[in-house]
Amino acid sequence: MHAVRIIPRLDIKGPNLVKGVHLEGLRVLGKPWDFAYTYYKAGADELIYIDAVASLYGRNNLLDIVRKTAEQIFIPLTVGGGVRNVDDIKNLLRAGADKVAINTAVITNPTLITEGAMAFGSQCIVGSLQVKKINNKYIVFTDNARERTELDAIEWAQKLVELGAGELLVTSIDQEGTGRGYEVELTRAIAQNVSVPVIACGGAANPEHISEIIINGKADAVAASSIFHYKYAEQINSMEQFAEEGNLAFIKNARGSLVFMQDRLKASTINEVKEYLKTKNIICRK
Amino acid sequence: MSKKVIILDYGMGNLFNIQRVLNYIGVESEITIDANKILTAERLIIPGVGAFDQAMNNLKGQNLIEPIQEYSKIGRPILGICLGMQLLFSESSEFGLHSGLDLIKGSVLKFEYDKDNTIKIPQIGWNTISKRNDKKHQLLSGIDDGTYYYFIHSYFCKPDNDEDIMATTIYGDTTFCSATHKNNIWGCQFHPERSGEAGVKILKNFINL
Repeated sequence: MHAVRIIPRLDIKGPNLVKGVHLEGLRVLGKPWDFAYTYYKAGADELIYIDAVASLYGRNNLLDIVRKTAEQIFIPLTVGGGVRNVDDIKNLLRAGADKVAINTAVITNPTLITEGAMAFGSQCIVGSLQVKKINNKYIVFTDNARERTELDAIEWAQKLVELGAGELLVTSIDQEGTGRGYEVELTRAIAQNVSVPVIACGGAANPEHISEIIINGKADAVAASSIFHYKYAEQINSMEQFAEEGNLAFIKNARGSLVFMQDRLKASTINEVKEYLKTKNIICRK
Repeated sequence: MSKKVIILDYGMGNLFNIQRVLNYIGVESEITIDANKILTAERLIIPGVGAFDQAMNNLKGQNLIEPIQEYSKIGRPILGICLGMQLLFSESSEFGLHSGLDLIKGSVLKFEYDKDNTIKIPQIGWNTISKRNDKKHQLLSGIDDGTYYYFIHSYFCKPDNDEDIMATTIYGDTTFCSATHKNNIWGCQFHPERSGEAGVKILKNFINL
């Protein structure tokens, strides 16, 4: 039986795993590869890395992080952030990514998706949409929610598939990091209007949110961060060498003593989420 | 283990993750397009993602078709993965009718939407395999029936001869051949190199055949 995919999403800044609110106000949680390996062992179906500052090259670059991760995890890894041309796609795939998420660059250069799909197959091109509800319309944003476009999210989603995207990652900027649940209406509107799988992202704080976006939002896969990060952070203890960036408060105050979002967040293991989904008759991989 | 393992590089997809898994299980391998090396290999892995006709054109352009067919006649093991499995068959209907390597008789067909129109094409994600119960296959040794593997594909293989089916999987209303075996030729529609420990086990079995 085909299973719904549960995908921890890891936002990366420099060498660190970070977490923000509305894709901003980043706090440092640890090293991405430590979390990736823990999630792999814990039963994650896939992983997503998004580079918050889009630094593919240079010091502490994303390619090195991907390489280091790929040596030890044998499930699919999607990587996004700062992908501008076919060479960037190629370099990420060679470093160990299975799929590349493309967002900002497609706005000015829509053929990048087509070129990527032609060169490497559409199965490794993930069209990424960051969406905000404005005056009851879903509008596409880029540059980690900093830049507004005039594009309608549902039309843009269809366009991305037409251009060659094999899958879509739909992130609600409004919900992201708030723990108030996924943007159900947006996800359903896109999922029902495209032929390819849709990964819902942004807002999960408990297993109920995840079942809701699958049942009502028609998501084919779910990406989630805080719900997992704050659960596993306690057992991941690579405290060494944190770069002087981001907000280190979480780490310095000892992992696990989380005040932020505490009222809403029900940090869970991947298995706890899957067990809950099974009670809702949602098929998950053991 | 010091078997000579060749991962065929013909410009279609991510070969490095297969090599990474082989490294993990302590097996050296070489990624190459050199036809001479194919013939001296003890294990040949044909990976691949993307379109069937482009893959065959690339194999043709690199003069790899005859060496692969010759290698297969020697009787040493071949493993086709995903598109690499599809290439083992006689023909595909992807973007027109195209001939394959014809090592296993059969065709490659596109998924159709189910009657309730609930599935997405491509199939992306984890699905279970059903092993056939009338035969034991070394490649699936130690793998439980119903084990999950990672799939990403719009087309699937249909062997002419049911004997060549090693395992099946259901997607939408279609039950398809998710793994094939004929003599020294093996194929998986799923990606063992992306299927966690259950996939690592298959690659280990392939090396140990």
